[in-house]
Amino acid sequence: MGRKLLLEKAHVENIRLYEVYRREGGYRSVEKALKSMSPDQVTEEVKKSGLRGRGGAGFPTGMKWSFLAKPEGVPRYLVVNADESEPGTFKDRYLMEFIPHLLIEGMITSSYALGSNRSYIYIRGEYAWIVDILEQAIAEAKNNGWLGKNILGTGFDLEIYVQRGAGAYICGEETALLESLEGKRGNPRIKPPFPAVKGLWDCPTVVNNVETIAAVVPIVNEGGDEYAKIGVGKSTGTKLISACGNISKPGVYEIDMTISVEEFIYSDEYCGGIANGKKLKACIPGGSSVPILPANLLLKTAKGETRYMNYESLADGGFATGSMMGSGGFIVMDDSQCVVKHTYTLARFYRHESCGQCSPCREGTGWMEKILWKLETGKGQLSDIDLLWDIQRKIEGNTICPLGDAAAWPVAAAIRHFRDEFEWHVTNPEDAVRRNYGIGRYADPIAVPVTA
Amino acid sequence: MVKFSDHTMQEVERIVARYPQGKQKSALIPVLHIAQKEFGGWLSTETMDYVASVLNLKPIEVYEVATFYSMFNLKPVGKYMFEICQTGPCMLRGSDEIIRYIGDKLGIKPGETTVDGLFTLKTVECLGACGYAPMMQQGKFYKEHLTIDKVEAIIAECRAGKAVID
Ligand SMILES: Cc1cc2nc3c(=O)[nH]c(=O)nc-3n(C[C@H](O)[C@H](O)[C@H](O)COP(=O)(O)O)c2cc1C
Ligand code: SF4
Ligand code: FES
Repeated sequence: MGRKLLLEKAHVENIRLYEVYRREGGYRSVEKALKSMSPDQVTEEVKKSGLRGRGGAGFPTGMKWSFLAKPEGVPRYLVVNADESEPGTFKDRYLMEFIPHLLIEGMITSSYALGSNRSYIYIRGEYAWIVDILEQAIAEAKNNGWLGKNILGTGFDLEIYVQRGAGAYICGEETALLESLEGKRGNPRIKPPFPAVKGLWDCPTVVNNVETIAAVVPIVNEGGDEYAKIGVGKSTGTKLISACGNISKPGVYEIDMTISVEEFIYSDEYCGGIANGKKLKACIPGGSSVPILPANLLLKTAKGETRYMNYESLADGGFATGSMMGSGGFIVMDDSQCVVKHTYTLARFYRHESCGQCSPCREGTGWMEKILWKLETGKGQLSDIDLLWDIQRKIEGNTICPLGDAAAWPVAAAIRHFRDEFEWHVTNPEDAVRRNYGIGRYADPIAVPVTA
Repeated sequence: MVKFSDHTMQEVERIVARYPQGKQKSALIPVLHIAQKEFGGWLSTETMDYVASVLNLKPIEVYEVATFYSMFNLKPVGKYMFEICQTGPCMLRGSDEIIRYIGDKLGIKPGETTVDGLFTLKTVECLGACGYAPMMQQGKFYKEHLTIDKVEAIIAECRAGKAVID
């Protein structure tokens, strides 16, 4: 069993309540940081920990914090990204729902490090009941002296507020989030300037994911070096994985990043294998935006080595034969599922969520959706597959924000690895509307080139 | 005429106080949520103009926002909204069948409202409940691990006026 740093206490009875959370050792990181460390020392521990942003991009958190501009007399802000809208991802919700004080504690410690006296949680509008849970936790923290003025007599002031969005995936992108928090449409900003210099209301701002900020608690408690000992390479600490699709036990799992993908899928401690005795066909290991892999490339790299659940190993092979850790949204497909149809739903998702500012994204996502629907319903032509490829290439890299790439990559990877299945939809149009392609050769062992 | 109660106005003031002086525009989305809830489940032009006056904004600033976010309804909706997720992970667990079943049962297509004004069916994109699929949002809450039986029970509950949506 791997170590649990975030969810270890998530199932203690009534852990949502302050008294229970405190009794279980909660808010120690605040005491330690505010009473015995300078803000820079806290940042230093986060740097040492090797923590990488858990929102999807994996950017080193300590480094991000050290970029924060600190002009005299200008407020700085910490904004927690709880927009969580990437298909396959539901880990932040789990953390906030079951152990909300962990996020509040992490925010106090992090706000102290960054010098933010007013910090916000931007939460997706649909998580309406979680707003109540968070506001209750904030009120309890405040009643017990962890928020407000002159916290623990140290002179540090902090208020935390919850801001609800209203249904827009794009508001997970940090500059769109800031626009939304300013009461505007969620149109991403052109960078630079980066939020670290000009963020919320033009003030220096750090935007971090819920899980990232929660991880600051064990980092401060145990020290950055201790945290860095867990995991492997540049994948330090633990990661929450939200697993869904055709597995026996969908849910949120905290892993240390040393286990293999195979263990994660088949062991009873995690996903418990493929549901209903079916076979593994394909998987999107890091949320809808990252490349889909066929079973054979998921469990082993192109070199025939075991693939592990960490940043480096999941990305091994680049986009040609690898994928990404992304947000940790692990979507599993069994042998009865259709990759074309699944890809179609994702294209529809991105078309729906495009903010419309850039034409390649606004138009391209719509075209991809239409062509995929034609293919899925047996009305496509072989040339449509090449057309799709062409469109995704023209979106990628040509837009203001990475949503364009996020829309292009799933389509590219589906064609790259599942071209047989796309072609089958064209050559067998009657079958394509009645049944699915099946597992094909997607689970067959891959021939590994022999090196002398 | 739409107008917030004194109680609601206090709530609005509390929200405005979360932001620095002069940044009351940030309260727009939270206040639109309140307005939608108080004034019949959707945002009429009158409601949006009223919110603009409350927050000291131009009406266009409110329309821009109200039309951008999918949770704001710009047309009247039924008393009960079934918002069913149709994105990939839910599709893998049978959301198509749930959408079809509810549509047949209520005699409406996604986007439509029953003539008695009781139900609106809406398809939505990933709600962050992929591991508990298929699922839908009903008012403030999620209904997860949906089956035909569960859907039947939910509809019956609404018809009996016993559904908790808030
Ligand atoms: C289209 C799009 C959607 C995103 N959605 C989220 C999200 O829901 N939650 C999140 O934490 N980060 C999301 N991100 C990443 C954020 O822009 C940002 O990198 C992240 O919040 C930084 O936090 P971290 O460094 O702690 O990961 C998204 C990015 C893009 C381009
Ligand atoms: S890439 Fe798409 S979502 Fe991002 S700014 Fe351009 S149009 Fe908007
Ligand atoms: S795909 Fe339906 S909740 Fe995520």
